[in-house]
Amino acid sequence: MNGVHDMGGMDGFGPVVREQNEPVFHADWEGRVYAIASIAAGLSLINADEFRHAIERIAPERYLASSYYERWLAAVETLLVERGVVTREEILAKEGGAIDPALIANPVATQCPAPVKDKPGSRPPRARFAKGARVRARNLNPSGHTRLPRYARGKAGVIARDWGVFVFPDTNAHHAGTKPQHCYSVAFDARELWGKSAKANCRERVHLDLWEDYLEPIAPKSKPKAAKRTTAHHTGRY
Amino acid sequence: MSGEHHNTDDTGPAARVKALEALLTEKGLVDPAAIDAIVDIYETRVGPRNGARVVAKAWTDPGYRKRLLANATSAVAELGYAGPEGNHLVAVENTDRVHNLVVCTLCSCYPWPVLGLPPVWYKSFAYRSRAVSDPRGVLKDFGLELAPDVEVRVWDSSAEIRYLVIPQRPKGTEGMSEDALAGIVTRDSMVGVAKVEAPHA
Repeated sequence: MNGVHDMGGMDGFGPVVREQNEPVFHADWEGRVYAIASIAAGLSLINADEFRHAIERIAPERYLASSYYERWLAAVETLLVERGVVTREEILAKEGGAIDPALIANPVATQCPAPVKDKPGSRPPRARFAKGARVRARNLNPSGHTRLPRYARGKAGVIARDWGVFVFPDTNAHHAGTKPQHCYSVAFDARELWGKSAKANCRERVHLDLWEDYLEPIAPKSKPKAAKRTTAHHTGRY
Repeated sequence: MSGEHHNTDDTGPAARVKALEALLTEKGLVDPAAIDAIVDIYETRVGPRNGARVVAKAWTDPGYRKRLLANATSAVAELGYAGPEGNHLVAVENTDRVHNLVVCTLCSCYPWPVLGLPPVWYKSFAYRSRAVSDPRGVLKDFGLELAPDVEVRVWDSSAEIRYLVIPQRPKGTEGMSEDALAGIVTRDSMVGVAKVEAPHA
């Protein structure tokens, strides 16, 4: 989803401020919600992809006004209610007056992608791209979860590493199948991402880890001689 | 706007967490003692001291450095560090020519087993938004100015890979032991927003 969580390249948040002698948790509840989320994940009540998506589904104005662990709390509540582990009424009954009912499990709805069938025992898929291949990040805008940031969509990069096969978050977050596929480190020149006049200079590169479904090949540049001969049916680079 | 206002009163998030913990305990899904134990682990045992030991070993043991760069997950496990957000670790090395910087623009992914839980600045909207579009500007916020000919490589942790920066060993530390070196390696240097400084004589 094109949510406010997808912050890469945004302006206006000011300088990065470093806190001196920062504690691991700033309040007891932060540590406890961290632990509750860890336990829920350990019990397979929550998977990591749906957890990230539950954070993304927090309404933008609330997302921006919440601290990191407040977002974790909202995600844990949302998923436990959606899974039927607890109900909103049960949560409210516990601390009644102290809790604003509007905050409990009331997220933005998103659309589930088309489900894919998992094939247990099937061999891991082969890699479509080799190291050094030029690729373009597809211009995808799914309503549901994705790990393809907006700032990379439509941009050209180079495969730097093949990390191997990973579960596909865009389907797994919605329990719509695991769709295992190769995930690559793709290097993008900063000027490709931000334009030649941006603050970025030619000595900057951003590496993103992108699943195969996010990428499409870029046809290699033809050699000048070959290009002349094949002009007639050259389909062009995109 | 950072979002980090650290609500510590008894209403709001504290009350909600209390309610959730009580409910899940009643249902037999969580044990408050297990929650205490997890909090204790991250407050006292899992933190940047782990990563500092990894870096100090890489500085002093060329064989270990090679293993760390080839497979950080297994090299880190040699020192006993593993756990959530540590199944696919990758070490990237700073040199005279390349400076590495780690971010997660979409959430706040971070290599927990070697660095612990992320600090507020790493999770801040300012860092998440600008680290990819203006990394040199972000480094200046930390007081670090790189020479123009140094290549900056930003690693946006968009999948399950978690990155550890191996900072450059500072000059003047040639005689220091591995343990002493581990004492000067900072968390910020292992995310790539700082260099390691030699201790003042």
